[in-house]
Amino acid sequence: MSPEGRRSDDAARTPAPGLPSDERALLAALRRGDEEAFETLVREYGGRLFAVARRFVRSEEDARDALQDAFLSAFRSLARFEENCRLSTWLHRIVVNSCLMKLRTRRRKAEDSIEDLLPRFHEDGHQAVPSAGWEKSADVLLESREVRDLVRAAIDRLPESYRTVLMLRDIEELDTAETARLLDLTENAVKIRLHRARQALRGLLDPSLRPAAAC
Amino acid sequence: MEDRPYITCRELIEFLYLYLGGELPSERVAEFDRHLNVCPSCVAYIETYKETAALGRQAFQDLEQPVGTAVPEELVSAILSVRRKT
Repeated sequence: MSPEGRRSDDAARTPAPGLPSDERALLAALRRGDEEAFETLVREYGGRLFAVARRFVRSEEDARDALQDAFLSAFRSLARFEENCRLSTWLHRIVVNSCLMKLRTRRRKAEDSIEDLLPRFHEDGHQAVPSAGWEKSADVLLESREVRDLVRAAIDRLPESYRTVLMLRDIEELDTAETARLLDLTENAVKIRLHRARQALRGLLDPSLRPAAAC
Repeated sequence: MEDRPYITCRELIEFLYLYLGGELPSERVAEFDRHLNVCPSCVAYIETYKETAALGRQAFQDLEQPVGTAVPEELVSAILSVRRKT
């Protein structure tokens, strides 16, 4: 958005002065329909976006489809790009949206309940299985490839609706409002679902990460 | 005042996201702190809950480098080809 907070028709077509000069030049070329600019956009931003799609939809084929859909959607939306964020941020939102659509249209099986992965309590409200700290901090744990694989596999085991919220908030780093908008949920529902997803993920990781004596 | 019942582990864990997000009123925060002063299990739960969030955030980072460098050539061609046709 322009500093004055209003837009004219010209402003809707001309890259804002706030964008870095290389992005302004690229955007202007894209809006002129310059074929080389489209290729530059795909090559320069596509790798990172492809990584987003692969971790989100998990299958290589779906990731390719999601990336292609995202770029085509971006090409169609160039005139509406308001330049109130970096090109990379704008494209990231589009590819995430494309991945969500892919997940929605994919044939879905009924979700498993998350209850078994959540903490259990006695009738008096105490934890049924006392918690213990883990032997190492996250930073140290993540030095191990095995632990990184373990965490990714555990995230993949979450029911899809919980996995999606966790991916959007913790991995893609979208804020609560944006996540709520993309998933058509209230912000409060996003917070609760994220909390339950983290609890379930913790439950999946705990047996492998707590000290042996505490099992 | 000392006779007030403690909140339970269930209450603390159920509303933990509000506590950690700084979204509870101060009197409610005091109730959570009071419970944590006497419950090492909930202290450990919070610690590992935070570690979980950190692990989730960072577990994909090593995938970004090799994958993030380039889009497969045939995919670049496919995207540009579809664009020309539309």
